[in-house]
Amino acid sequence: MSAHADNHAHDDDHGHHHKETFVTKYIFSQDHKMIAKQYLITGTIMGVIGVLMSMMFRMQIAWPEEPNVLFEALLGKWAPDGVMDADIYLALVTIHGTIMVFFVLTAGLSGTFSNLLIPLQIGARDMASGFLNMVSYWLFFLSSVIMVISLFVEAGPAAAGWTIYPPLSALPLAQGGSGMGMTLWLVSMAIFIASSLLGSLNYVVTVINLRTKGMSMTRLPLTIWAFFVTAVIGIISFPVLLSAALLLIMDRSFGTSFFLSDIFIQGEVLHYQGGSPVLFEHLFWFLGHPEVYIVILPAMGLVSEIMASNSRKPIFGYRAMIASILAIAFLSTIVWGHHMFISGMNPFLGSVFTFTTLLIAIPSAVKAFNWITTLWKGNLQMNPAMLFSIGFVSTFITGGLTGIILGDSALDINVHDTYFVVAHFHLVMGISALYGMFAGIYHWYPRMFGRMLNKNLGYIHFWVTAVCAYGVFFPMHFIGMAGLPRRYYTNSNFPLFDDTANANVIITMFALVGGVVQIVYLYNFFASIFYGKKAVQNPWKSTTLEWTAPVEHMHGNWPGEIPHVHRWAYDYSKPGHDVDFVPQNIPLKEGEEELQH
Amino acid sequence: MTALLTIIVLVFILIAIWQMVKIFDLAQAKNESSTSGVATDKDNTINGYLMMGFLAFIYIITIVSFVKWGDLPLMSNSASEHGPTIDNLMIISMVIIFFVQTVTQFLLHYFAYKYKGEKGKKALFFADNNKLEAIWTIIPVIVLAGLIIYGLSTWINIMGVDESDDPLVVELYAQQFNWKARYGGADNTLGKANVRLIDIDRANILGLDESDPNAQDDIITTELHLPVGRPVLFKMRSQDVLHSAYMPHFRAQMNCVPGMITQFGFTPTVTTSEMRETPQMIEKIQNINNIRVEKSKKLVAKGEDALERYEFDYLLLCNKICGKSHYNMQMKIVVETQEEYDAWIAEQKEFKNSLVN
Repeated sequence: MSAHADNHAHDDDHGHHHKETFVTKYIFSQDHKMIAKQYLITGTIMGVIGVLMSMMFRMQIAWPEEPNVLFEALLGKWAPDGVMDADIYLALVTIHGTIMVFFVLTAGLSGTFSNLLIPLQIGARDMASGFLNMVSYWLFFLSSVIMVISLFVEAGPAAAGWTIYPPLSALPLAQGGSGMGMTLWLVSMAIFIASSLLGSLNYVVTVINLRTKGMSMTRLPLTIWAFFVTAVIGIISFPVLLSAALLLIMDRSFGTSFFLSDIFIQGEVLHYQGGSPVLFEHLFWFLGHPEVYIVILPAMGLVSEIMASNSRKPIFGYRAMIASILAIAFLSTIVWGHHMFISGMNPFLGSVFTFTTLLIAIPSAVKAFNWITTLWKGNLQMNPAMLFSIGFVSTFITGGLTGIILGDSALDINVHDTYFVVAHFHLVMGISALYGMFAGIYHWYPRMFGRMLNKNLGYIHFWVTAVCAYGVFFPMHFIGMAGLPRRYYTNSNFPLFDDTANANVIITMFALVGGVVQIVYLYNFFASIFYGKKAVQNPWKSTTLEWTAPVEHMHGNWPGEIPHVHRWAYDYSKPGHDVDFVPQNIPLKEGEEELQH
Repeated sequence: MTALLTIIVLVFILIAIWQMVKIFDLAQAKNESSTSGVATDKDNTINGYLMMGFLAFIYIITIVSFVKWGDLPLMSNSASEHGPTIDNLMIISMVIIFFVQTVTQFLLHYFAYKYKGEKGKKALFFADNNKLEAIWTIIPVIVLAGLIIYGLSTWINIMGVDESDDPLVVELYAQQFNWKARYGGADNTLGKANVRLIDIDRANILGLDESDPNAQDDIITTELHLPVGRPVLFKMRSQDVLHSAYMPHFRAQMNCVPGMITQFGFTPTVTTSEMRETPQMIEKIQNINNIRVEKSKKLVAKGEDALERYEFDYLLLCNKICGKSHYNMQMKIVVETQEEYDAWIAEQKEFKNSLVN
């Protein structure tokens, strides 16, 4: 492995610590572990905003147009006398989606764990470029700040849905939120994409070049495989969203007609001619669909790792797991059209996308069965991280199965853009990815902060969240199948849907409880940084390299030489050993065979 | 004031959590491993049982949802010729989904319960089995192949409009935030139109080409009337932003895109009055009206007007976010006999007579 030669160059670093100021250590840090924590905490703050928004619009749906003190306190002029305004309802839905998908589940999840785990698990001193890594975080921070600022502009934040389809998003005449709010949204996203690309390039280069001696690709933990493939998908698809955003900026500000044609609005004909909103949909979903895999693949990687460690068993079907990650990654780039079956594109294209979309169910099914088999005859340690991992598989199956309906163009006709879709994607990529993220946080918290999270709070957090998640999204399928469209400020203009009102109240109740219980987690997270019990070096008795590094963070990760790797990442309960785990840096015993994976 | 109260409540919740944790920790202080943050055998046992409890919860919420809301879905009351094929495919898919869901959730949670950890136990070193992998690759392949073939043939049948059986051509015209319908008139041919020709002063609201002979007898309405049993071909236009023409009872939906004409065709099979008479619909409407009566009582108590009694009508809804009043963009659809339709259309003004000079 030529890679380890590079690492030796760093070996001189250890021993003498650089003198660090507060600013270089905590703010403009180039250390991957600090950057991971920065991503996590920024993502958490954005997550709080996103969840709070969802609780507000859920209350509006359950008790439409009723005065609410919370609205009055938080929405100000957008809730005169405490009654939510219809424009701000759409803005809340839009920004909730944007924040959760990009700022929490892309940057917060992938940014945190790729940064923390890639160098530690492959045995590298740091990322290939610490500087680019720092720039990547600060661009993310900047884009977060701009997104938050956009909430306060005069005419309101972007409100065209997180998919910002033009012409609605392009014309301030069509909607107040399409003025300054949308400009800031686009600027924020453009910066976010730059951040994401810098991060992804760094991850790919690091995984390819900086693996320690003995760390072949087939000895990598599945976490690294997932982060690596995620970064590759990001590099392929995010630039397309950037181009869509730039073209939209041009249509909005410089009078071009990429996405606009033949528009008559508010009594005047606009000059746009020859563009097509369908083109925007293609560009958007060319990122938009891979994006859901950018969100879910890292969660899958984390869950695979945590399940194996807590089952005290090798992950079942390591090679099949890698193959299915690669298959999902490949297919994810050729299924975007299933968001557009009824967009007006040629129905023949719809047939092609139905075919590719349903194919994705195959690698997904393989993964689900492999996780279940990993539990079989294990010795399951029910740590909070393990509970969230099992919860992940549960919601991934429940949410994934309804994809068979939505991916089928004929069935999509009638449930497209109804609550059925909302229920589907929240379970399969929203809740699942969030569970993956929580699992990762509970599992690697000792590695990040040197202290343990309180497990009893973790149990409360998991069980209440798990019940609420199903309580919210299971009934939602039914009101979707009843034909209730999403993004309606109130359903009271449609007596036809009056019989869905009680379901909506129940959903909102679960959502409120589920939202409030996150306070338990936030308390646990922040209090444990200071008061948590001190962690030991390898609290979960795992095999991967990050647990061979000292608890105290240090530049370069390991004092002395970087550990060499002699086996795959999943030697749990291997016959012939006294302990039920054999770390990757332990050489094979005499006569011991490494499994041919 | 409310903000302050909220903050105080939150602070109390935090203090409560803190105290609860202290109690937990004190109770477990004797046992070193229980405070280390790593699960003990007792934790494994409790959570193992909770996993079975959660499995029961998933099953219960499934059953409750079906009992409570199972009659909501639009699955048996389709009013178009292709509707039953979609519903059929939907039911087949649902059966497959619920079978797989029930089995896999059982395995997942049962294993989590059955193999909960104990000190000193050793897990089975079971890393690979190509036969198993092959089984759960091939089974989904077969099932999905079936669904793909069925789905695609349904899709192609629905989307392929056969112009030879003389469909009634109707334009659906979307704008923030209402719908218009345009009929081709006696020649069943829509006149040329473009938003650039809109002349509000002359009441040419859809931008029809006044010089086009085909446009002269076009009829623009705010209600959509369709004769039962005759194929309809909708041509959709939008003048401002994306809209989506969603007609759930006909299992029909297509986006309306500014700058292009999209289309969707179906054949209505059940008239509005027939639909109102079906036992299912009678029950549904009765249920809705009971809900409305209850709501009205509360409204009247507050000094507001009671809600009107609801009578069923087919609807065209906007189902693509289109701005502030997206939630109230609808048009009534009336399916009626050919005679009723003919009588209705005869009462409508032709385009050439509707212009203001």
